[in-house]
Amino acid sequence: MSTAPVSGEPLIRVVDLRKSYVLGDVTVHALRGVDMEIGAGSFVAIVGASGSGKSTFMNILGLLDRPSGGRYFLEGQDVSGFDRDRRAILRNRKIGFVFQNFNLLPRTSALENVELPLLYDGHARSGEDRHRKALGLLQAVGLGERAHHTPNQLSGGQQQRVAIARALVNDPEILLADEPTGNLDSRTSVEIMEILQRLNREKRITIILITHEHDIAEYGQRVVAFRDGRVVSDRAVESRRDAAAELAALPALQEEAAV
Amino acid sequence: MRIQNTLRIALRAIQRNKIRSALTMLGVIIGVASVIAMIALGSGARASIDQQIQAQGTNVIFVSSGSFGRPGGGAVRGGAGSVTTLTLDDAKAISEVRGVTRMSPMVRGRAQVIAGDQNWNTSVEGGNEDYLAIRNWALASGANFTPRDVLVAEKVCLLGDTVVRNLFPDQDPVGQVIRVKNLPFRVLGVLVPKGQGQFGQDQDDLIIAPYTTIQKKLLGITYIQQVYLSADNSDDVERVAVDITRLMRQRHRITNPEEDDFTVRTVEEMAATRVQMANTMTGLLMSVASVSLLVGGIGIMNIMLVSVTERTREIGLRMAVGARTRDILRQFLAEAVSLSVVGGVAGIALGVLVSQGMTWKLGWPTMITSTSILVAFAFAGAVGVFFGYYPARKAANLDPIEALRYE
Repeated sequence: MSTAPVSGEPLIRVVDLRKSYVLGDVTVHALRGVDMEIGAGSFVAIVGASGSGKSTFMNILGLLDRPSGGRYFLEGQDVSGFDRDRRAILRNRKIGFVFQNFNLLPRTSALENVELPLLYDGHARSGEDRHRKALGLLQAVGLGERAHHTPNQLSGGQQQRVAIARALVNDPEILLADEPTGNLDSRTSVEIMEILQRLNREKRITIILITHEHDIAEYGQRVVAFRDGRVVSDRAVESRRDAAAELAALPALQEEAAV
Repeated sequence: MRIQNTLRIALRAIQRNKIRSALTMLGVIIGVASVIAMIALGSGARASIDQQIQAQGTNVIFVSSGSFGRPGGGAVRGGAGSVTTLTLDDAKAISEVRGVTRMSPMVRGRAQVIAGDQNWNTSVEGGNEDYLAIRNWALASGANFTPRDVLVAEKVCLLGDTVVRNLFPDQDPVGQVIRVKNLPFRVLGVLVPKGQGQFGQDQDDLIIAPYTTIQKKLLGITYIQQVYLSADNSDDVERVAVDITRLMRQRHRITNPEEDDFTVRTVEEMAATRVQMANTMTGLLMSVASVSLLVGGIGIMNIMLVSVTERTREIGLRMAVGARTRDILRQFLAEAVSLSVVGGVAGIALGVLVSQGMTWKLGWPTMITSTSILVAFAFAGAVGVFFGYYPARKAANLDPIEALRYE
């Protein structure tokens, strides 16, 4: 379903990206001119303190928000002026979201949570098709057995894995993870990072990881730091962490180790 | 998003809050049920009026002395029946009007009637031999009086069912003699019961005798009070009535219609008045019923607004994964319409039960028509759309980022 990228264009390119809000009498400049390129298949971590503009940046990259100035090219297409519905369609087809608080629908089975994006992709398919696809992804994140559990019957790590399965169900090019480990303990965090690294490596999905924890950022290939709405550093990670290796080194614990 | 999915999501949301949904629906249920019951009552009333008209014959015309018209010109006017200017000659002239098939003069009084040791006060109506035919009235036993009886003012009579039951509790009255104001009348026949009249009066509480006899022997008058006519077909009634009016004005030398000393009315006219009354009544009850449906709609709007607020994060998430404005709009609209339509169906069932209960317990005529069910159903759906639109719009216009962060 993806259109062929314009030759030589990176997957994502932003030029002088700006965003300002008016809050009462004050105008808040959340982004003050950001230029960046993100190539297909890369794993970029975006770090910064709260208020640095990294969340605003992610909202714009995720097409949840529109920039007030500058350009955003997605696969060479200028999407900065897209209206609500065109952005919704693009989000559905190209971008998967993983949130800090999981954002699963309560009292709804894991399977149906994963199916959710399929309801909005405009394809007429049977319920069985949807179930099969969703179940396949749940199995891939190690939750095939728990497809019919509701979120309150799942641990935090399991819920986040359901959320990852949901983000993948429409075969997106980009996976945007906003503090995905923020609500998880360190071991579960490593497990989640292992899944993200595996997706990046095996399926060539571009991962953009927002975090304020520098050690989590080091699972990426590249770390971009934001401060006061600007990029203050953009560097390749020298000694990248390998979540799979770290997990293997950890003593086997609960059933969750079997991811 | 496909319609089945939209509906599935809506129904699931309704099931999730069973009690809340049921209470919300209750408003619509009561509203729809009362609309159905009121329409049933109105249709029932109209149907029973129609039935009475059929029984009376749709081609009957009455000419009464006096005028129902508005008073004008300052002259002192009596009401219908209080004027003595309607004569037998008028009646004969009227019977010559083209299209008139039968004519009977009519006089009426009240009298004490006695048979053996029983007595009863009843209405005494006088007509000629065609009177029964015009009123579409058959005899249960015996025979009608003859033209000769009318001509010679014979003291013969026909008894209504109520009079029979009061004077001859366990006897065949035909051939017996009763005393009307102390004059002996021979009973020729018994009328079939007609039951309650248009206003609940007992139509069978009367005796019928030749009008000549009533005029001379009971009332001591020479004028007549009414002329009963039947036209040859009901399409012609209007024209015949107009011709009679013109003829009567000529005969009575009336130039100003305001000074008419007679009134021409048709059964259809009288029925129209009553149908109009029934319609006014139905309209009134309907508007009360509609108010409850409106209140039910407001209940839906209220609960939908609560639901939108409660599910702000869900809406944000759906938007993040690709739901468009119209997907969210449809989802919440479908939920509101499902509430109102399910409530509507239950309300229809309840309304039918209530209508049948009214007929059964209170004896009020009711009639459930498929139109009323369709109207109520459409009305319920419309209430859902109307009151669901604002909350759905509100949901669809949420900002996805703010919705996702909503606590």
